[in-house]
Amino acid sequence: MSNENLKKTPLNAVHRELGGRMVDFGGWDMPVQYPTGVIEEHMATRTRAGLFDVSHMGEIWVEGPDAIEFINGITTNDVTKLVDGQAHYSAFPNEHGGVVDDLLVYRFAEDRLLLVVNAGTTEKDWAWVSGFLADVPSSEAGFASPKPDVKIRNASADYCQIAIQGPKAIGILQQLTETVLEPIKYYHFTEGKVDGVDAIISRTGYTGEDGFEVYAAAEKAEQLWRKMLETGESEGILPCGLAARNTLRLESAMSLYGHELGDDISTLEANLGWITKLQKGDFIGKDKIVELKEAGLKRKLVGFEMKEPGIARDGFDVYVGNDRVGVVTSGSPAPFLKKNIGLAFVPPELANVGQEIRIDVRGKRLAAEVVPTPFYKREK
Amino acid sequence: MSNIPENLRYSKDHEWVSVDGDVAAIGITDYAQHSLGDVVYIDMPRVGDKFAAHEAFGSVESVKAVSEVFTPIGGEVVEVNDGLNDTPEKVNGDPYGDAWFIKIKMDNAGEADGMLSSAEYEEYLEASA
Repeated sequence: MSNENLKKTPLNAVHRELGGRMVDFGGWDMPVQYPTGVIEEHMATRTRAGLFDVSHMGEIWVEGPDAIEFINGITTNDVTKLVDGQAHYSAFPNEHGGVVDDLLVYRFAEDRLLLVVNAGTTEKDWAWVSGFLADVPSSEAGFASPKPDVKIRNASADYCQIAIQGPKAIGILQQLTETVLEPIKYYHFTEGKVDGVDAIISRTGYTGEDGFEVYAAAEKAEQLWRKMLETGESEGILPCGLAARNTLRLESAMSLYGHELGDDISTLEANLGWITKLQKGDFIGKDKIVELKEAGLKRKLVGFEMKEPGIARDGFDVYVGNDRVGVVTSGSPAPFLKKNIGLAFVPPELANVGQEIRIDVRGKRLAAEVVPTPFYKREK
Repeated sequence: MSNIPENLRYSKDHEWVSVDGDVAAIGITDYAQHSLGDVVYIDMPRVGDKFAAHEAFGSVESVKAVSEVFTPIGGEVVEVNDGLNDTPEKVNGDPYGDAWFIKIKMDNAGEADGMLSSAEYEEYLEASA
């Protein structure tokens, strides 16, 4: 039942062969789970290793003498702090204090950086970023002259990206590369070979576990995927779908664009003050973010745990007493913690740990409590 | 291929019914559990609750999804399978037998006869595939 209108990663046929249940994810035909099921996949990643196809993510190269300055002007984090071989989490702010997308910025050299963006927003991000360099800026936020001396390239189709995550990930990947992985620090990366294939080996992930994200030429995807699964078999590695990717990131309280972040949500509201460097100089939307900060935030993202049986889901209303005070951005059972958890926007005065709230679960207002995030933190 | 025992009756909402005298045990089919994925929670009615045929009596939740469960038969709930609260995964393991959700004292003992046989349910699944 392949939908011809959906985009496919180079691993599409492999997912089908593995029995992946395919769904439309932001225009991409992706496996939501494999026959083992989301709970097994989640637990494999927490306790052993999980393998994720994230080839649908977008890659945009920024090259040229003004690369750092350019990216610094369109993202919230401070790119001047990056050294070669380091990456950081960041966001593209819009002119209104909201967020166009969240992303990773990789510094290969001072004039060569890579932006890795979300799959469903790749085209929007490309239009946004390239708009700043157009002769007639497509956005009112376009740079004043002179135009920065950079070239940008949407290389999303050239790459596959495979994430190998979990306590056994490093051991498995090490068997496939001569690059010594142990010294690569979290949010650092190196270029090397994996199973003889040129790759970017990045110690990053979206699961809350140690692990790597491996970028390589799209046509090598199948070779790398099969080799990683085969090599990890004795360690109990499992291929994992989008459902497990979501529950893993939620237990770790990582944001998902379209849920905790969006065109009308600021990074400050989403607890991402740590990637919002107001001291670094001017960037798109900074005035609005400063304004918002000075006026005081109207809402704040909190983690909560259900205290009564029932599962909060995205979009459910949050109540205190008879007042509707907020909304759930992500809610799910947490397979490792064996609790029902969620993230929600509430007014700052209701954002303290221990605050009792109620979640409207299809008409029943069930007890929940604000708890510290992340819900899950791995032992180092 | 779905497991569809011959001795049960089925609804188009993917519930099964097993009749014993004037009491019917109701659960969800293998097809339903497979579509849902890992079942983690079932919201059950209380003993004594009354439902008309085709009315939703509760919901079943997997990690990703929630789905209402309908009683194919009208009547009064006489027993609720509380054991599933601690072991909802039983619904994935064997959705028949031990993983019934509720037992209903039927208003009309003949109502189950109007439901799909296993062969008819299998045909229905194939037609809607």
